Amino acid sequence: MKPVPFAYHRPASLDEALALMERYGADGRVLAGGQSLVPALNMRLAAPAALIDINRLPGLDGISLEPEGLVIGALARHEAVEASPLVARHAPLIAQAMPHVGHRAIRTRGTVGGTVALADPAAELPACLVALDAIVRVTGRGSRRDIPVQRFFRGIYTTDLAPGEIVTAVVALPIGPGWRSRFTELARRHGDYALVGLAAHCRVEGGVIREARLAFCGVGATPVRASRAEATLSGRRPDADVVAEAGRALDADLDPPGDVHASPALRRHLARVLLARAVAQIVT
Amino acid sequence: MDLAIQISLTVNGVAVSRRVEPRQSLVDFLRYGLELTGSHVGCEHGVCGACTVRVDGAIARGCLMLAVQCDGCRVETIEGVAGTGEVFDLQQAFAQENALQCGFCTPGMLLTAQDLLARKPAASAQEIREALSGNYCRCTGYHAIVEAVRKTAEARGRA
Ligand SMILES: Cc1cc2nc3c(=O)[nH]c(=O)nc-3n(C[C@H](O)[C@H](O)[C@H](O)COP(=O)(O)OP(=O)(O)OC[C@H]3O[C@@H](n4cnc5c(N)ncnc54)[C@H](O)[C@@H]3O)c2cc1C
Ligand code: FES
Ligand code: FES
Repeated sequence: MKPVPFAYHRPASLDEALALMERYGADGRVLAGGQSLVPALNMRLAAPAALIDINRLPGLDGISLEPEGLVIGALARHEAVEASPLVARHAPLIAQAMPHVGHRAIRTRGTVGGTVALADPAAELPACLVALDAIVRVTGRGSRRDIPVQRFFRGIYTTDLAPGEIVTAVVALPIGPGWRSRFTELARRHGDYALVGLAAHCRVEGGVIREARLAFCGVGATPVRASRAEATLSGRRPDADVVAEAGRALDADLDPPGDVHASPALRRHLARVLLARAVAQIVT
Repeated sequence: MDLAIQISLTVNGVAVSRRVEPRQSLVDFLRYGLELTGSHVGCEHGVCGACTVRVDGAIARGCLMLAVQCDGCRVETIEGVAGTGEVFDLQQAFAQENALQCGFCTPGMLLTAQDLLARKPAASAQEIREALSGNYCRCTGYHAIVEAVRKTAEARGRA
């Protein structure tokens, strides 16, 4: 199918983009990588009166280490994040997740800002950001907010973004001493959205897990922290019994949906498989 | 209401200037506007890879970019990379390995494989499968395609 006709704007500055968003209100849509919005236009699931293409806004695609943390600009493409030495060093969890996002021809276009603004419950990056306690930085006309991710993701395709606001960056604290990360997921085919994915971020000391942060994607409306499994692992040496106990704790942490891709029971099972794999990789 | 916008870009090295409707996808612009029909349209939502082209050197889905977004860009299609001989050996290998039947997926397969081999000249069969997982073929069963790409990688490694 072909999209319904729309007007196209390519603002050259953030101010101009925000003014256009104000002008069009709910009839305007921001166009970033277009890897989710353009399919929706093609299938006429979305029919905005105007697109506001932010791809050429200057300075929004940078990745840099700042006093407040690792700042990844909203227009950084998945591919650039995957290749960034800064991300590999300071947020290895995010670097590990990137190859799982779609296919290369998608990652050359898809952006960090678009992924968080979309808030797909199966997406990898939001789970990583939750595990890392990151911040989503947004700008509106005359306002700027730093929103903790846990508050940013509110439901399926639903965020804390107010009308007229643009995501400009995500900010993660650089990984601290002793912390280790592992992103794993299970999908039926490479490049498909995950049936279940796990962003695991743990502080390990002499083979003992001191702190554990586990965020799952694909098992709920937003990324889900597995607090009971985290508590089960914390302060312990993760031998087979401890990992099995943490796996059982997941049953209370997760209430996964069933759909054409997998039943709730299969998703629970896969979550336990991923937990065991991630823990093994983190402590060895 | 006339929403059309003037764009200028290069396509396969040739400068092109046209007025396009914002809703026209890059692949439709190539096919209908420029009569470059080597890029195919399968699903129009990014899953089949038949529309794969190169924009400023990076492979992209022609169905998920708007032609207006390519103003000032360098676009390359299968006609371009075949014309310069860049993928000649891959094309030969596809023919020899029976890696195409109807040929609908082939332009996208060639561009995706060429992108992989440019980044990873010694790609393993597993890496080739992963790289091609976003390109659907409804005829061959993929095995022959993977073989063709693997043999090309080997031959290029020896050259
Ligand atoms: C075949 C295929 C497979 C895919 N597989 C995966 C996968 O496995 N995992 C995954 O995470 N994603 C996957 N995707 C989606 C892809 O990664 C998208 O690129 C991403 O989800 C959205 O980013 P985008 O930059 O393309 O956003 P767009 O499509 O441009 O925009 C998405 C939405 O966000 C809004 N928006 C965009 N940027 C901003 C901003 N800066 N501020 C405010 N609002 C904004 C837009 O208005 C729109 O509503 C896949 C896509 C395809 C086509
Ligand atoms: S037509 Fe573009 S991916 Fe299928
Ligand atoms: S050869 Fe027919 S679709 Fe691939």
